[in-house]
Amino acid sequence: MAATPKIAVRGLKKSFGPKVVLDGIDLDVGVSESRVVIGGSGTGKSVLVKCIMGLLQPDSGSIKIDGVEAMRLPAREREKLMAKFGMLFQGAALFDSLPVWENVAFGLIQGRGIERHHAKEVAIEKLGAVGLTPDVGELRPSELSGGMQKRVALARAIAAEPEIIIFDEPTTGLDPIMADVINELIVKCVHDLGATAISITHDMASVRKIADRVAMIYKGRIIWSGQKEEMDRSGNAYVDQFIHGRAEGPIRMEVRAL
Amino acid sequence: MPDFLARVGRVFLAFLAAAGRLALFALHALSHCLRPPFYPRLVVRQLIDIGYYSLPVVGLTALFTGVVLALQTHTGFSRINAEGAVALVVVLSVTRELGPVIASLMVAGRIGAAMAAEIGTMRVTDQIDALSTLSTNPFKYLVVPRLVAGTIAMPALVVIADIIGVFGGFLVGVYKLDFNPGSYIGQTADYLHSDDVVSGLIKAAVFGFTIALMGCYHGYHSRGGAEGVGTATTYSVVSASIMILLLDSALTSVLF
Repeated sequence: MAATPKIAVRGLKKSFGPKVVLDGIDLDVGVSESRVVIGGSGTGKSVLVKCIMGLLQPDSGSIKIDGVEAMRLPAREREKLMAKFGMLFQGAALFDSLPVWENVAFGLIQGRGIERHHAKEVAIEKLGAVGLTPDVGELRPSELSGGMQKRVALARAIAAEPEIIIFDEPTTGLDPIMADVINELIVKCVHDLGATAISITHDMASVRKIADRVAMIYKGRIIWSGQKEEMDRSGNAYVDQFIHGRAEGPIRMEVRAL
Repeated sequence: MPDFLARVGRVFLAFLAAAGRLALFALHALSHCLRPPFYPRLVVRQLIDIGYYSLPVVGLTALFTGVVLALQTHTGFSRINAEGAVALVVVLSVTRELGPVIASLMVAGRIGAAMAAEIGTMRVTDQIDALSTLSTNPFKYLVVPRLVAGTIAMPALVVIADIIGVFGGFLVGVYKLDFNPGSYIGQTADYLHSDDVVSGLIKAAVFGFTIALMGCYHGYHSRGGAEGVGTATTYSVVSASIMILLLDSALTSVLF
Protein backbone atom coordinates (compact mmCIF):
# COMPACT_ATOMS: atom_id res chain seq x y z
CA MET A 1 0.00 0.00 0.00
CA ALA A 2 1.38 3.44 -0.95
CA ALA A 3 2.32 5.79 1.90
CA THR A 4 -0.12 8.61 2.65
CA PRO A 5 1.08 11.76 0.89
CA LYS A 6 1.90 14.74 3.10
CA ILE A 7 -0.39 16.87 0.95
CA ALA A 8 -3.10 15.46 -1.32
CA VAL A 9 -5.16 17.83 -3.46
CA ARG A 10 -8.13 16.48 -5.40
CA GLY A 11 -10.49 18.20 -7.82
CA LEU A 12 -9.70 21.65 -6.46
CA LYS A 13 -11.74 24.44 -8.03
CA LYS A 14 -11.62 28.17 -7.44
CA SER A 15 -13.19 31.01 -9.42
CA PHE A 16 -13.21 34.76 -8.94
CA GLY A 17 -16.53 35.90 -10.40
CA PRO A 18 -16.73 34.53 -13.94
CA LYS A 19 -12.95 33.86 -14.09
CA VAL A 20 -12.10 30.22 -13.45
CA VAL A 21 -8.61 30.11 -11.91
CA LEU A 22 -8.38 26.51 -10.66
CA ASP A 23 -10.37 24.01 -12.67
CA GLY A 24 -9.99 20.66 -10.92
CA ILE A 25 -6.40 20.45 -9.64
CA ASP A 26 -5.04 17.05 -8.55
CA LEU A 27 -1.64 17.11 -6.84
CA ASP A 28 0.22 14.86 -4.40
CA VAL A 29 3.30 15.86 -2.42
CA GLY A 30 5.14 13.11 -0.56
CA VAL A 31 6.74 13.36 2.88
CA SER A 32 10.06 15.29 2.72
CA GLU A 33 9.59 15.76 -1.00
CA SER A 34 10.37 19.02 -2.79
CA ARG A 35 7.62 19.56 -5.33
CA VAL A 36 7.79 22.48 -7.76
CA VAL A 37 4.75 23.76 -9.62
CA ILE A 38 5.62 25.63 -12.79
CA GLY A 39 3.41 27.66 -15.07
CA GLY A 40 3.08 31.06 -16.67
CA SER A 41 1.93 34.21 -14.94
CA GLY A 42 -1.77 34.19 -14.10
CA THR A 43 -2.21 30.43 -14.44
CA GLY A 44 -3.28 29.99 -10.80
CA LYS A 45 -0.05 28.93 -9.06
CA SER A 46 -0.33 31.44 -6.22
CA VAL A 47 -4.06 30.75 -5.82
CA LEU A 48 -3.27 27.02 -5.53
CA VAL A 49 -0.81 27.50 -2.66
CA LYS A 50 -3.06 30.04 -0.95
CA CYS A 51 -5.86 27.46 -1.04
CA ILE A 52 -3.53 24.82 0.44
CA MET A 53 -2.51 27.28 3.19
CA GLY A 54 -6.15 28.13 3.92
CA LEU A 55 -5.64 31.78 2.95
CA LEU A 56 -8.29 31.37 0.24
CA GLN A 57 -11.42 29.23 0.47
CA PRO A 58 -11.73 26.93 -2.56
CA ASP A 59 -15.14 26.53 -4.24
CA SER A 60 -14.93 22.72 -4.20
CA GLY A 61 -12.53 19.79 -4.04
CA SER A 62 -10.43 18.30 -1.29
CA ILE A 63 -7.14 19.18 0.42
CA LYS A 64 -5.74 16.60 2.82
CA ILE A 65 -2.75 17.28 5.05
CA ASP A 66 -1.33 14.11 6.60
CA GLY A 67 -4.56 12.40 5.54
CA VAL A 68 -6.78 14.92 7.37
CA GLU A 69 -9.29 16.92 5.34
CA ALA A 70 -8.27 20.56 5.80
CA MET A 71 -11.03 22.35 3.94
CA ARG A 72 -13.83 22.10 6.43
CA LEU A 73 -11.88 22.30 9.68
CA PRO A 74 -13.20 24.56 12.47
CA ALA A 75 -11.18 27.77 12.94
CA ARG A 76 -9.26 26.50 15.99
CA GLU A 77 -8.28 23.22 14.30
CA ARG A 78 -7.31 25.19 11.21
CA GLU A 79 -5.01 27.38 13.32
CA LYS A 80 -3.35 24.25 14.75
CA LEU A 81 -2.86 22.93 11.23
CA MET A 82 -1.32 26.23 10.14
CA ALA A 83 1.43 25.68 12.72
CA LYS A 84 2.74 22.93 10.41
CA PHE A 85 3.34 25.48 7.65
CA GLY A 86 5.97 28.07 6.88
CA MET A 87 5.78 30.29 3.85
CA LEU A 88 8.14 32.49 1.90
CA PHE A 89 6.09 35.10 0.06
CA GLN A 90 6.91 36.43 -3.39
CA GLY A 91 7.50 39.96 -2.10
CA ALA A 92 8.97 38.72 1.23
CA ALA A 93 6.00 40.30 3.12
CA LEU A 94 8.17 41.38 6.05
CA PHE A 95 6.49 43.52 8.70
CA ASP A 96 7.73 47.09 8.15
CA SER A 97 7.01 48.15 11.70
CA LEU A 98 9.25 45.53 13.32
CA PRO A 99 13.04 45.07 13.31
CA VAL A 100 14.42 42.15 11.33
CA TRP A 101 14.98 39.86 14.33
CA GLU A 102 11.38 40.35 15.48
CA ASN A 103 10.16 39.50 11.99
CA VAL A 104 12.05 36.22 12.18
CA ALA A 105 10.92 35.52 15.74
CA PHE A 106 7.31 36.61 15.16
CA GLY A 107 5.82 33.13 14.85
CA LEU A 108 7.69 32.00 17.96
CA ILE A 109 6.59 34.97 20.10
CA GLN A 110 3.01 35.41 18.92
CA GLY A 111 2.19 31.90 17.72
CA ARG A 112 3.99 29.75 20.28
CA GLY A 113 4.26 32.12 23.24
CA ILE A 114 8.05 31.82 23.54
CA GLU A 115 9.68 34.57 25.62
CA ARG A 116 11.12 37.45 23.60
CA HIS A 117 14.75 37.10 24.70
CA HIS A 118 14.77 33.39 23.90
CA ALA A 119 12.97 33.96 20.59
CA LYS A 120 15.59 36.58 19.73
CA GLU A 121 18.38 34.03 20.23
CA VAL A 122 16.59 31.63 17.87
CA ALA A 123 16.08 34.44 15.35
CA ILE A 124 19.78 35.35 15.37
CA GLU A 125 20.63 31.66 14.88
CA LYS A 126 18.22 31.39 11.92
CA LEU A 127 19.60 34.60 10.42
CA GLY A 128 23.02 32.95 10.63
CA ALA A 129 21.63 29.90 8.83
CA VAL A 130 20.73 32.10 5.85
CA GLY A 131 24.08 33.88 5.89
CA LEU A 132 23.13 37.07 7.73
CA THR A 133 25.05 38.51 10.67
CA PRO A 134 23.43 39.35 14.05
CA ASP A 135 23.69 43.12 13.43
CA VAL A 136 21.24 42.73 10.51
CA GLY A 137 18.69 41.69 13.12
CA GLU A 138 18.54 45.23 14.48
CA LEU A 139 17.79 46.83 11.08
CA ARG A 140 14.35 47.56 9.65
CA PRO A 141 13.21 45.59 6.56
CA SER A 142 13.22 48.81 4.50
CA GLU A 143 16.98 49.11 5.08
CA LEU A 144 17.67 45.76 3.35
CA SER A 145 18.25 44.92 -0.31
CA GLY A 146 15.78 42.64 -2.13
CA GLY A 147 18.10 39.63 -1.74
CA MET A 148 18.55 40.24 1.97
CA GLN A 149 14.79 40.62 2.42
CA LYS A 150 14.29 37.24 0.75
CA ARG A 151 16.87 35.70 3.11
CA VAL A 152 15.12 37.21 6.13
CA ALA A 153 11.79 35.90 4.81
CA LEU A 154 13.39 32.47 4.44
CA ALA A 155 14.73 32.67 8.01
CA ARG A 156 11.21 33.59 9.18
CA ALA A 157 9.69 30.68 7.23
CA ILE A 158 12.03 28.14 8.87
CA ALA A 159 12.20 29.73 12.35
CA ALA A 160 9.43 27.59 13.83
CA GLU A 161 10.83 24.49 12.09
CA PRO A 162 7.66 23.76 10.12
CA GLU A 163 6.83 20.39 8.57
CA ILE A 164 5.74 21.98 5.30
CA ILE A 165 7.34 25.02 3.67
CA ILE A 166 5.81 26.86 0.74
CA PHE A 167 7.95 29.03 -1.50
CA ASP A 168 6.05 31.49 -3.68
CA GLU A 169 8.33 32.56 -6.54
CA PRO A 170 11.39 32.71 -4.27
CA THR A 171 13.79 34.11 -6.87
CA THR A 172 11.56 36.64 -8.63
CA GLY A 173 13.22 40.03 -8.91
CA LEU A 174 16.69 38.82 -7.92
CA ASP A 175 19.85 38.83 -10.00
CA PRO A 176 21.01 35.37 -11.17
CA ILE A 177 23.75 35.06 -8.55
CA MET A 178 21.50 36.06 -5.64
CA ALA A 179 18.79 33.79 -7.08
CA ASP A 180 21.24 30.89 -6.96
CA VAL A 181 22.22 31.77 -3.39
CA ILE A 182 18.52 31.68 -2.40
CA ASN A 183 18.05 28.36 -4.24
CA GLU A 184 21.03 26.88 -2.39
CA LEU A 185 19.63 28.10 0.93
CA ILE A 186 16.22 26.62 0.15
CA VAL A 187 17.76 23.22 -0.64
CA LYS A 188 19.89 23.35 2.51
CA CYS A 189 17.09 24.50 4.83
CA VAL A 190 14.56 22.00 3.51
CA HIS A 191 17.13 19.20 3.74
CA ASP A 192 18.24 20.16 7.26
CA LEU A 193 14.66 20.34 8.53
CA GLY A 194 13.52 17.24 6.63
CA ALA A 195 10.53 19.33 5.58
CA THR A 196 8.09 18.86 2.72
CA ALA A 197 8.32 21.74 0.26
CA ILE A 198 6.06 23.15 -2.42
CA SER A 199 7.58 25.84 -4.58
CA ILE A 200 5.91 27.77 -7.34
CA THR A 201 8.06 29.47 -9.88
CA HIS A 202 8.66 30.15 -13.55
CA ASP A 203 12.42 30.36 -13.06
CA MET A 204 13.77 27.17 -14.68
CA ALA A 205 17.20 27.47 -13.01
CA SER A 206 15.37 27.44 -9.69
CA VAL A 207 13.29 24.41 -10.74
CA ARG A 208 16.37 22.40 -11.69
CA LYS A 209 18.06 23.24 -8.39
CA ILE A 210 15.32 22.72 -5.83
CA ALA A 211 12.83 20.21 -7.30
CA ASP A 212 12.47 16.50 -6.70
CA ARG A 213 9.29 16.37 -8.75
CA VAL A 214 7.71 18.95 -11.03
CA ALA A 215 4.10 19.66 -12.01
CA MET A 216 2.98 22.10 -14.68
CA ILE A 217 -0.22 24.09 -14.32
CA TYR A 218 -1.99 25.55 -17.33
CA LYS A 219 -5.46 27.08 -17.46
CA GLY A 220 -6.23 25.92 -13.93
CA ARG A 221 -5.26 22.26 -14.45
CA ILE A 222 -2.14 20.16 -13.89
CA ILE A 223 -1.22 19.18 -17.43
CA TRP A 224 2.00 17.30 -16.63
CA SER A 225 3.65 15.84 -13.57
CA GLY A 226 6.86 13.87 -13.18
CA GLN A 227 10.42 13.64 -11.89
CA LYS A 228 12.70 16.61 -12.52
CA GLU A 229 14.89 14.47 -14.75
CA GLU A 230 11.90 13.56 -16.96
CA MET A 231 11.01 17.20 -17.61
CA ASP A 232 13.28 17.57 -20.65
CA ARG A 233 11.84 14.50 -22.32
CA SER A 234 8.24 14.86 -21.22
CA GLY A 235 6.88 14.72 -24.77
CA ASN A 236 4.41 17.40 -23.73
CA ALA A 237 4.41 20.35 -26.12
CA TYR A 238 3.25 22.75 -23.42
CA VAL A 239 6.05 21.72 -21.05
CA ASP A 240 8.63 21.89 -23.85
CA GLN A 241 7.55 25.39 -24.83
CA PHE A 242 7.57 26.58 -21.22
CA ILE A 243 10.90 25.15 -20.09
CA HIS A 244 12.63 26.44 -23.23
CA GLY A 245 10.89 29.82 -23.04
CA ARG A 246 9.69 29.83 -26.63
CA ALA A 247 7.15 32.37 -27.92
CA GLU A 248 5.92 29.84 -30.51
CA GLY A 249 3.96 26.82 -29.35
CA PRO A 250 0.58 25.75 -28.01
CA ILE A 251 0.67 28.30 -25.16
CA ARG A 252 -0.58 31.60 -26.51
CA MET A 253 -0.03 34.75 -24.50
CA GLU A 254 -3.16 36.86 -24.30
CA VAL A 255 -1.86 40.09 -25.77
CA ARG A 256 -4.41 42.69 -26.78
CA ALA A 257 -3.74 44.68 -29.97
CA LEU A 258 -3.05 48.37 -29.41
CA MET B 1 -37.55 55.43 -16.74
CA PRO B 2 -37.20 51.66 -16.07
CA ASP B 3 -33.44 52.03 -16.68
CA PHE B 4 -33.26 54.81 -14.13
CA LEU B 5 -35.21 52.78 -11.56
CA ALA B 6 -32.99 49.76 -12.19
CA ARG B 7 -29.92 51.90 -11.63
CA VAL B 8 -31.34 53.31 -8.39
CA GLY B 9 -32.20 49.77 -7.31
CA ARG B 10 -28.67 48.53 -8.02
CA VAL B 11 -27.13 51.40 -6.06
CA PHE B 12 -29.49 50.73 -3.15
CA LEU B 13 -28.70 47.00 -3.17
CA ALA B 14 -24.97 47.75 -3.31
CA PHE B 15 -25.40 50.09 -0.34
CA LEU B 16 -27.24 47.41 1.64
CA ALA B 17 -24.59 44.83 0.78
CA ALA B 18 -21.82 47.20 1.92
CA ALA B 19 -23.70 47.98 5.14
CA GLY B 20 -24.13 44.25 5.76
CA ARG B 21 -20.43 43.56 5.18
CA LEU B 22 -19.49 46.37 7.56
CA ALA B 23 -21.91 45.08 10.23
CA LEU B 24 -20.48 41.55 9.92
CA PHE B 25 -16.94 42.94 10.12
CA ALA B 26 -17.86 44.87 13.29
CA LEU B 27 -19.53 41.83 14.89
CA HIS B 28 -16.58 39.63 13.98
CA ALA B 29 -14.19 42.16 15.52
CA LEU B 30 -16.31 42.52 18.67
CA SER B 31 -16.41 38.74 19.13
CA HIS B 32 -12.59 38.69 18.93
CA CYS B 33 -12.43 41.46 21.57
CA LEU B 34 -13.81 38.96 24.08
CA ARG B 35 -11.68 35.93 23.21
CA PRO B 36 -7.96 35.44 23.92
CA PRO B 37 -5.21 35.87 22.96
CA PHE B 38 -5.10 39.57 23.82
CA TYR B 39 -2.34 41.96 22.82
CA PRO B 40 -2.07 44.62 25.57
CA ARG B 41 1.25 45.96 24.21
CA LEU B 42 -0.44 46.73 20.90
CA VAL B 43 -3.39 48.40 22.66
CA VAL B 44 -0.96 50.64 24.58
CA ARG B 45 0.89 51.50 21.36
CA GLN B 46 -2.40 52.43 19.69
CA LEU B 47 -3.47 54.46 22.73
CA ILE B 48 -0.30 56.50 22.37
CA ASP B 49 -0.82 56.91 18.60
CA ILE B 50 -4.49 57.82 18.84
CA GLY B 51 -4.52 59.67 22.14
CA TYR B 52 -1.17 61.25 22.87
CA TYR B 53 -0.13 62.18 19.33
CA SER B 54 -3.57 63.64 18.55
CA LEU B 55 -3.42 66.02 21.51
CA PRO B 56 -1.86 69.00 19.66
CA VAL B 57 -4.33 68.99 16.77
CA VAL B 58 -7.35 68.34 18.99
CA GLY B 59 -6.23 70.91 21.57
CA LEU B 60 -5.66 73.62 18.97
CA THR B 61 -9.00 72.96 17.27
CA ALA B 62 -10.82 73.00 20.60
CA LEU B 63 -9.18 76.27 21.62
CA PHE B 64 -10.25 78.08 18.45
CA THR B 65 -13.70 76.52 18.60
CA GLY B 66 -14.20 77.97 22.10
CA VAL B 67 -12.86 81.36 20.97
CA VAL B 68 -15.12 81.60 17.92
CA LEU B 69 -18.13 80.25 19.79
CA ALA B 70 -17.81 82.91 22.50
CA LEU B 71 -17.46 85.70 19.92
CA GLN B 72 -20.41 84.56 17.76
CA THR B 73 -22.63 83.91 20.77
CA HIS B 74 -21.90 87.37 22.07
CA THR B 75 -22.69 88.89 18.64
CA GLY B 76 -26.09 87.18 18.51
CA PHE B 77 -27.08 87.43 22.16
CA SER B 78 -26.16 91.12 22.45
CA ARG B 79 -29.02 91.82 20.01
CA ILE B 80 -31.52 90.48 22.54
CA ASN B 81 -29.65 91.79 25.58
CA ALA B 82 -28.65 88.30 26.71
CA GLU B 83 -24.85 88.67 26.69
CA GLY B 84 -24.72 87.07 30.13
CA ALA B 85 -25.51 83.69 28.62
CA VAL B 86 -22.20 83.48 26.74
CA ALA B 87 -20.57 81.26 29.40
CA LEU B 88 -23.62 78.96 29.44
CA VAL B 89 -23.73 78.57 25.65
CA VAL B 90 -19.98 77.98 25.40
CA VAL B 91 -19.81 75.32 28.10
CA LEU B 92 -22.91 73.42 26.96
CA SER B 93 -22.04 73.60 23.25
CA VAL B 94 -18.49 72.47 23.84
CA THR B 95 -19.18 69.62 26.26
CA ARG B 96 -22.36 68.27 24.68
CA GLU B 97 -21.63 68.80 21.00
CA LEU B 98 -18.61 70.56 19.61
CA GLY B 99 -15.96 68.91 21.79
CA PRO B 100 -16.82 65.34 20.80
CA VAL B 101 -17.73 66.09 17.17
CA ILE B 102 -14.85 68.36 16.24
CA ALA B 103 -12.26 66.27 18.10
CA SER B 104 -13.60 63.14 16.40
CA LEU B 105 -13.53 64.72 12.94
CA MET B 106 -9.91 65.75 13.48
CA VAL B 107 -9.00 62.26 14.72
CA ALA B 108 -10.86 60.69 11.78
CA GLY B 109 -8.63 62.70 9.43
CA ARG B 110 -5.44 61.91 11.30
CA ILE B 111 -5.89 58.40 12.67
CA GLY B 112 -8.59 56.86 10.45
CA ALA B 113 -6.50 57.64 7.37
CA ALA B 114 -3.32 56.29 8.99
CA MET B 115 -5.04 53.05 10.02
CA ALA B 116 -6.49 52.48 6.55
CA ALA B 117 -3.13 53.23 4.91
CA GLU B 118 -1.15 50.97 7.27
CA ILE B 119 -3.51 48.00 7.15
CA GLY B 120 -4.16 48.53 3.43
CA THR B 121 -0.42 48.44 2.69
CA MET B 122 -0.13 45.29 4.80
CA ARG B 123 -2.96 43.76 2.75
CA VAL B 124 -1.53 44.54 -0.69
CA THR B 125 1.99 43.43 0.30
CA ASP B 126 0.77 40.07 1.69
CA GLN B 127 1.73 41.00 5.27
CA ILE B 128 -1.78 40.11 6.49
CA ASP B 129 -1.51 36.67 4.86
CA ALA B 130 1.94 36.37 6.45
CA LEU B 131 0.36 36.93 9.88
CA SER B 132 -1.98 33.99 9.26
CA THR B 133 0.93 31.76 8.26
CA LEU B 134 2.68 32.68 11.53
CA SER B 135 -0.21 31.37 13.67
CA THR B 136 -1.48 34.88 14.38
CA ASN B 137 -5.07 35.88 13.76
CA PRO B 138 -4.95 39.17 11.79
CA PHE B 139 -8.25 40.30 13.32
CA LYS B 140 -6.94 39.93 16.85
CA TYR B 141 -3.54 41.40 16.02
CA LEU B 142 -4.53 44.33 13.80
CA VAL B 143 -8.20 45.18 14.27
CA VAL B 144 -9.00 44.51 17.93
CA PRO B 145 -6.21 46.66 19.48
CA ARG B 146 -7.22 49.60 17.27
CA LEU B 147 -10.91 49.29 18.14
CA VAL B 148 -10.20 49.02 21.87
CA ALA B 149 -7.72 51.92 21.82
CA GLY B 150 -10.05 54.10 19.70
CA THR B 151 -12.94 53.53 22.11
CA ILE B 152 -10.81 54.35 25.17
CA ALA B 153 -8.66 57.18 23.79
CA MET B 154 -11.41 59.29 22.26
CA PRO B 155 -13.27 60.08 25.54
CA ALA B 156 -9.93 61.00 27.16
CA LEU B 157 -9.17 63.33 24.25
CA VAL B 158 -12.62 64.86 24.49
CA VAL B 159 -12.21 65.62 28.22
CA ILE B 160 -9.10 67.61 27.31
CA ALA B 161 -10.84 69.20 24.30
CA ASP B 162 -13.73 70.25 26.58
CA ILE B 163 -11.36 71.91 29.06
CA ILE B 164 -9.39 73.71 26.34
CA GLY B 165 -12.57 74.73 24.47
CA VAL B 166 -14.13 76.24 27.60
CA PHE B 167 -10.80 77.93 28.34
CA GLY B 168 -10.87 79.47 24.82
CA GLY B 169 -14.31 80.90 25.56
CA PHE B 170 -13.04 82.18 28.91
CA LEU B 171 -10.10 83.99 27.25
CA VAL B 172 -12.43 85.80 24.84
CA GLY B 173 -15.00 86.47 27.55
CA VAL B 174 -12.47 88.01 29.91
CA TYR B 175 -9.99 89.74 27.61
CA LYS B 176 -12.24 90.84 24.74
CA LEU B 177 -15.80 90.95 26.06
CA ASP B 178 -14.87 92.32 29.49
CA PHE B 179 -16.49 89.62 31.61
CA ASN B 180 -15.37 89.37 35.21
CA PRO B 181 -13.14 86.25 35.40
CA GLY B 182 -14.65 85.05 38.65
CA SER B 183 -18.25 85.41 37.50
CA TYR B 184 -17.47 83.75 34.11
CA ILE B 185 -16.00 80.73 35.88
CA GLY B 186 -18.83 80.74 38.42
CA GLN B 187 -21.49 80.77 35.67
CA THR B 188 -19.71 78.01 33.81
CA ALA B 189 -19.61 75.84 36.93
CA ASP B 190 -23.23 76.62 37.88
CA TYR B 191 -24.70 75.79 34.49
CA LEU B 192 -22.64 72.68 33.81
CA HIS B 193 -24.23 69.39 34.92
CA SER B 194 -22.47 66.05 35.02
CA ASP B 195 -24.80 64.56 32.38
CA ASP B 196 -23.67 67.27 29.91
CA VAL B 197 -20.13 65.90 30.17
CA VAL B 198 -21.18 62.25 30.31
CA SER B 199 -23.34 62.53 27.18
CA GLY B 200 -20.35 64.02 25.34
CA LEU B 201 -18.09 61.21 26.54
CA ILE B 202 -20.58 58.54 25.46
CA LYS B 203 -20.61 60.13 22.03
CA ALA B 204 -16.79 60.24 22.03
CA ALA B 205 -16.52 56.52 22.80
CA VAL B 206 -18.94 55.67 19.97
CA PHE B 207 -17.12 57.99 17.56
CA GLY B 208 -13.73 56.54 18.55
CA PHE B 209 -14.97 53.02 17.86
CA THR B 210 -16.45 54.19 14.53
CA ILE B 211 -13.23 55.89 13.38
CA ALA B 212 -11.16 52.79 14.16
CA LEU B 213 -13.77 50.51 12.58
CA MET B 214 -13.82 52.49 9.33
CA GLY B 215 -10.03 52.69 9.16
CA CYS B 216 -9.64 48.96 9.77
CA TYR B 217 -12.53 47.92 7.49
CA HIS B 218 -11.38 49.90 4.47
CA GLY B 219 -7.72 49.03 5.03
CA TYR B 220 -8.48 45.32 5.49
CA HIS B 221 -10.44 45.18 2.24
CA SER B 222 -8.16 47.32 0.11
CA ARG B 223 -7.13 45.86 -3.23
CA GLY B 224 -4.90 46.71 -6.15
CA GLY B 225 -1.65 48.24 -4.90
CA ALA B 226 -0.99 51.90 -4.20
CA GLU B 227 -4.21 53.08 -5.84
CA GLY B 228 -6.26 50.68 -3.71
CA VAL B 229 -4.57 51.90 -0.54
CA GLY B 230 -5.23 55.52 -1.55
CA THR B 231 -8.89 54.74 -2.17
CA ALA B 232 -9.16 52.93 1.17
CA THR B 233 -7.68 55.94 2.93
CA THR B 234 -10.13 58.34 1.29
CA TYR B 235 -13.12 56.08 1.98
CA SER B 236 -12.02 55.68 5.58
CA VAL B 237 -11.97 59.43 6.27
CA VAL B 238 -15.14 60.22 4.30
CA SER B 239 -17.20 57.35 5.72
CA ALA B 240 -15.98 57.96 9.29
CA SER B 241 -16.85 61.68 9.01
CA ILE B 242 -20.34 60.94 7.65
CA MET B 243 -20.90 58.26 10.28
CA ILE B 244 -19.82 60.66 13.05
CA LEU B 245 -22.38 63.25 11.94
CA LEU B 246 -25.13 60.64 11.49
CA LEU B 247 -24.44 59.01 14.84
CA ASP B 248 -24.24 62.43 16.48
CA SER B 249 -27.81 63.18 15.36
CA ALA B 250 -29.00 59.80 16.57
CA LEU B 251 -27.19 59.99 19.92
CA THR B 252 -28.28 63.59 20.53
CA SER B 253 -31.90 62.49 20.04
CA VAL B 254 -31.42 59.69 22.56
CA LEU B 255 -29.37 61.66 25.10
CA PHE B 256 -31.27 64.95 24.68
